[in-house]
Amino acid sequence: MKIAVCVKQVPTREWQPRLNEAGTWIREQDASFELNEPDAYALEEGLRLREEHGGEVVVCAAGPARVQQVLREALARGADRAIHVEDAGLGSADGFVIAQALAHAMTDERFDLVLTGLQSDDQGHGVTGVVLAEHLKVPHATIIMKVEVQDGNLRVKRELEGGWFQWMTLPLPALLTIQSGINQLRYATLKGIMAAKKKEIRKVAPPQDLASALNIISLSVPSRRKRTQMLAGSPAEAAAELVRRLRDEARAL
Amino acid sequence: MILVVSEHQRGTVTRATWEVLAAAQAFAGNAPIRVVVLGHENSALAGELSSAGVGEVLSAVHPALAGYTADGYVAAIQQVMTQVGPHLVLLPHSYQTRDFAPRLAARLHVAIVTDAIALEGTPEAPLITRPMFQGKLVAQVRPAQSGPALVSIQVGAFRADSLKRAAAPAPIRTIEVVLDTAEIRQRPEAPFQEAKQAVDLSQAERIVSVGRGIKTRENLAVAEALATALRAEIAASRPICDNGWLPMERQIGSSGQTVAPKLYVALGISGAIQHLVGMKGSRTIVAINKDADAPIFEVADYGIVGDLFEVAPAIVTALEKA
Repeated sequence: MKIAVCVKQVPTREWQPRLNEAGTWIREQDASFELNEPDAYALEEGLRLREEHGGEVVVCAAGPARVQQVLREALARGADRAIHVEDAGLGSADGFVIAQALAHAMTDERFDLVLTGLQSDDQGHGVTGVVLAEHLKVPHATIIMKVEVQDGNLRVKRELEGGWFQWMTLPLPALLTIQSGINQLRYATLKGIMAAKKKEIRKVAPPQDLASALNIISLSVPSRRKRTQMLAGSPAEAAAELVRRLRDEARAL
Repeated sequence: MILVVSEHQRGTVTRATWEVLAAAQAFAGNAPIRVVVLGHENSALAGELSSAGVGEVLSAVHPALAGYTADGYVAAIQQVMTQVGPHLVLLPHSYQTRDFAPRLAARLHVAIVTDAIALEGTPEAPLITRPMFQGKLVAQVRPAQSGPALVSIQVGAFRADSLKRAAAPAPIRTIEVVLDTAEIRQRPEAPFQEAKQAVDLSQAERIVSVGRGIKTRENLAVAEALATALRAEIAASRPICDNGWLPMERQIGSSGQTVAPKLYVALGISGAIQHLVGMKGSRTIVAINKDADAPIFEVADYGIVGDLFEVAPAIVTALEKA
């Protein structure tokens, strides 16, 4: 099976947001970046399917030059090669734009299966995978917890809300968005990191006519909706005060 | 005109749909609102929706819409939109919407904005507020495409009980959808629940819930000691259950259980929206986190910024003294 896994590079979880002067995007120079965690589960699922069914795993990303870091990491974990749609403007692009850029580079590859994470931990629109499926003209299913390949078809377990699930069959080629927690992640070995240096990263220029879904008018730190009483002091002092408030004020004990 | 796409599960309109109807009503001004229900035998659902204070209920019917599929919904809603020509389409930001709406937007070359928490402006030119960067930031965005934008509303962002219902039911119009069933490529099986949930956290009076801040499985003992001292059930955010440190049935959030106990103590939980929707109805919320900017503090009644490995045992000690 020829499997593509689409990944994104996002600010690390520890990153404290700082905005650019216009308040329309983050100060990227202050951020450190990592592989979008939901995409790590998609990559792991792709690697497992290759181990079971053979074929290759091609990791695909659209973004500025810095994105090479997560492509190398995916190669070190075991992907066979990479495609990088490179453009400085793609760092702040929405999911619509990313999907168009990826589709442009992926169409001719004719992948049997395309996997993406559920959503990105930066803008978090949660649309890239499904829009990409439309551009690639393949069926899709989302929030997948199990993948079985049966005679040219996929049988997948979709997560619904509130503890419900559903099995669904769809023909290959297809696109799936993978739910976090579907598998246990592997990490790169030293051997993998060395091998990754020799693997191909094919660079592709984005198409000219990329259409965004939205414009960010402003970004800001959210204001508190609720009056939170912050309890200061040493751990013992704060704990004693909390217990007093829970007992006398909130009557929650 | 605003078109609301309703959603139903197991024969009833979902609460998230009523919230979207409330959002539509609050935002519409003088613009009329219509609500569409998709299915096969729709009369009960359409009847339920006709009380919603809308101008018209559209019942889009086809045997292939009896169960949800992405391909079926994309094709059907495209036809409904062509017939009624909305300026704006509102949907619940549910798993189902996330499954089909991006594809519908791509096919129609219209904008999609997901997870909205506030709407300003007009239906033709909405200004939409939505979280970004895991809730650390909030963005105001405008659709960048002409044509009706699809906007999904975050679950819990609007109150269903603020909906002003109509005294007289709205008229119901049936739209016969034309579908080529060969073009519906997903073949769904019946939804099911995993083994009956052994713990029903929705009945718990007090809950101690742990997140990534707990760091290792062994450290769960710290949370368990606090839970014992508070006579509370133990629960967790998704990453903890993903790691297998606690069973999935103890997961709180959009993919797990929704709870509203008397007391909810969040230990090392940052407060991603997927978690918040499962617990923000709790009567008293305590957040303990080392990051003062963690979004969990936005919903907390009491907050302690600190190391949970110091604070949680200190609370146990304080409870023993109390």
